[in-house]
Amino acid sequence: MTATATTRPSSPAPSLRTRLNDFGTAHRSITIIICMAIATTLLAFLPTVLPLNAIQKPQPWYDAFANAGVFVLLAMGLNVVVGLAGLLDLGYAAFFAIGAYTYAYSNSPYSNVDLPFLPMLVVGAGVAAIFGIALGAPTLRLRGDYLAIMTLGFGEIVPIVFLNLENWTQGTNGISAIYRPEPLPILGAFGALSSFNYFVLMAGIVTIAMALLYRLQDSRVGRAWNAIREDELAAAANGINTVTTKLLAFALGATTAGLAGVFNASKLTIVSPDQFYFTVSFTVLAMVILGGMGNIWGVAAGAFIVYMIQVVFLKQLNTIKEALGIPAFDLGPLHVDLNAINFTDYQFLLYGIALVLMMLFRPEGLFPSQRRRRELHVADEFAADLGEDIDAEPGIAGSLGETPGAEDLFGESAGEGSPGGER
Amino acid sequence: MTAIATPAVTHSTRSRAIRAIGLSVGALILYWLLLWAALVVVVGLPVEGAGPVALQQTVNALSIGAIYALIALGYTMVYGIIELINFAHGDIFMLGAFLSVVFLGGILGQTGAVEQIIPLTLMLLGALLFTMPLIGGLNVLIERSVYRPLRNAPRLAPLITAIGVSYILQNVALILAGSGDRSAPQIFPLSWQIQIGQASISVLSIFIFALAMVLMIALQTFVSRTRMGRAMRATAQDREASALMGVDMNQTISLTFLLGGALAAAAGVVWGLRFGYVRFDLGFNAGLKAFTAAVLGGIGNITGAVIGGFVIGFVENFSSSLGYSRWSEFLVFMILTFVLIFKPTGILGQASGDRA
Repeated sequence: MTATATTRPSSPAPSLRTRLNDFGTAHRSITIIICMAIATTLLAFLPTVLPLNAIQKPQPWYDAFANAGVFVLLAMGLNVVVGLAGLLDLGYAAFFAIGAYTYAYSNSPYSNVDLPFLPMLVVGAGVAAIFGIALGAPTLRLRGDYLAIMTLGFGEIVPIVFLNLENWTQGTNGISAIYRPEPLPILGAFGALSSFNYFVLMAGIVTIAMALLYRLQDSRVGRAWNAIREDELAAAANGINTVTTKLLAFALGATTAGLAGVFNASKLTIVSPDQFYFTVSFTVLAMVILGGMGNIWGVAAGAFIVYMIQVVFLKQLNTIKEALGIPAFDLGPLHVDLNAINFTDYQFLLYGIALVLMMLFRPEGLFPSQRRRRELHVADEFAADLGEDIDAEPGIAGSLGETPGAEDLFGESAGEGSPGGER
Repeated sequence: MTAIATPAVTHSTRSRAIRAIGLSVGALILYWLLLWAALVVVVGLPVEGAGPVALQQTVNALSIGAIYALIALGYTMVYGIIELINFAHGDIFMLGAFLSVVFLGGILGQTGAVEQIIPLTLMLLGALLFTMPLIGGLNVLIERSVYRPLRNAPRLAPLITAIGVSYILQNVALILAGSGDRSAPQIFPLSWQIQIGQASISVLSIFIFALAMVLMIALQTFVSRTRMGRAMRATAQDREASALMGVDMNQTISLTFLLGGALAAAAGVVWGLRFGYVRFDLGFNAGLKAFTAAVLGGIGNITGAVIGGFVIGFVENFSSSLGYSRWSEFLVFMILTFVLIFKPTGILGQASGDRA
């Protein structure tokens, strides 16, 4: 897609590739729309041909794509908070829940209201943004890891409240029989079987969100986020209002999650508290980290791939395993029965392992943004300059622990540069 | 940085201890009276009937608070030394609880209560001696393999890694033990009760409290009186300077993880005795509550973590005694929120511009 273009050194004679890259940089939104259109067409076409149509029919494929779109939106939104502004938000699912419940109240027999879908998309996002600001305003002055725990607490509180306020939310049962979106021009009506329509609608929402986010990233605000992430003190000294800028990132993340929530509620036609527990926040975080923090299209691609692995690949492993019919056998005292393994159970184990491995070996993600890669490897370069392994000597490890260049993700220098510290 | 603060041993230690005990007893009596009043006003129990109930609940609160305090110590020590919120610590506790079930139920084959004192003592000691080193060792292993390489990385990296580790541990337990509750052998007889007036006080609760107290005093003594404890305090105060003074950084950090893991394992053992079940996702909520306790007490401060643990235990007990147990988690998280917003240094933490 587009983002890789910006920092690649151009060869002397402009090749087709560089010219495309230049076009992408110059006309970002058009490029995004074209790329998304191509991607959507491809995705619409692929399930009808081999090998994908051998795995399952096109209908479930479109369904999976539409659901993946929800996570793509969530990941792009979390990327604004974590990747661009460098704030760790572990309660992201709360905003997803707020968007979903907003739609549920405006479009269900429970509340006996039926408002149109497209305006509700904006309203749901707006309500989520209000909650984002309400949570962010008092907490964003906290330092990074405290903010993470705060948001984690908020993320736990929201489902608990939805669960316990039975008189207003129907508790564990949730709000069901939510109305689907009204028929849209060209696409037609939305029903339980119109996965394709949901898929196209989702592609449209993702395209708009992506174009907007790219424009924001390239704008004054986006540069302010970069500055804050890299060095908050320097950013403040240069006249950036760090509080409002961070708050904006938080609110934008919440907005995107709200959009995803509204869409998800209209597609599933049911919202219940158990859809919004910490596992959702964790999954989205894993997607952002895998995709590459700070790189919008990378994060979107990461979310899409992770979701497809989760719902298609792991399920297919089960089917293949069942088809093979490997007999159970005994290895001494150990009873081995491959048929008892349900690969989808291993999903979160895989995410956990992936997170740890990525942090250890490739913290910039699979599709890194150039800027983040340089940031994350400053410490390595510093160590390389010294020509010795940081961990080689225990006594030195501590003193190198705060290399002058090793700024942490929250923009404070980890070491002696931090203001007001006791040391 | 706040040291893993322990007051230097001075002539006033004894008078401070006496004052602390006096304050604690006062707080207990206050809680008892408060709960008594609340039971009468909110639940509508008769005045003379509510007193014994409140007394029983007070003792229960002590035992659950002791469990949170034991877990919170691990959070606070690790944070004090390397400023990492060890997200996986709750799951370390959960594994401790599982391991104790493996020992008592699997290896010893116990299912019910053991009424004789000597075998019971031996079994409990065995469970503690079995789980504490193993879980502590596991914690050290985790530190060595995944946190140590990230010690100089940007701050977010180890935190995200810890979240990943937490999920790995949780899912390993899920795969090995399944998703439901697994019953834990309650070898401590629940029928042992002490009658005080109409109130029957559970001996188990008193035992849990006493065990936690012994472990905490042992930890406090270790940290304040031994050479390695001094190394820990020095490292917490200033990592670079203590390294320059010849403190072995890696050894000290490993020791911190070992102690934290061992205490969490002890908490896991008593959890099984007290609640009679273990489950793979036990660590998440217990960990969050214990973390709240550590923050409430002032993170990095051992005494603070203990106080915070008991406060959280009492808050939870208060809401569940009044029939609002569904809201107890909500309450705990609200406490976390308000402490972080209004007094991020906690009850005993020192002011530090870097911290919040």
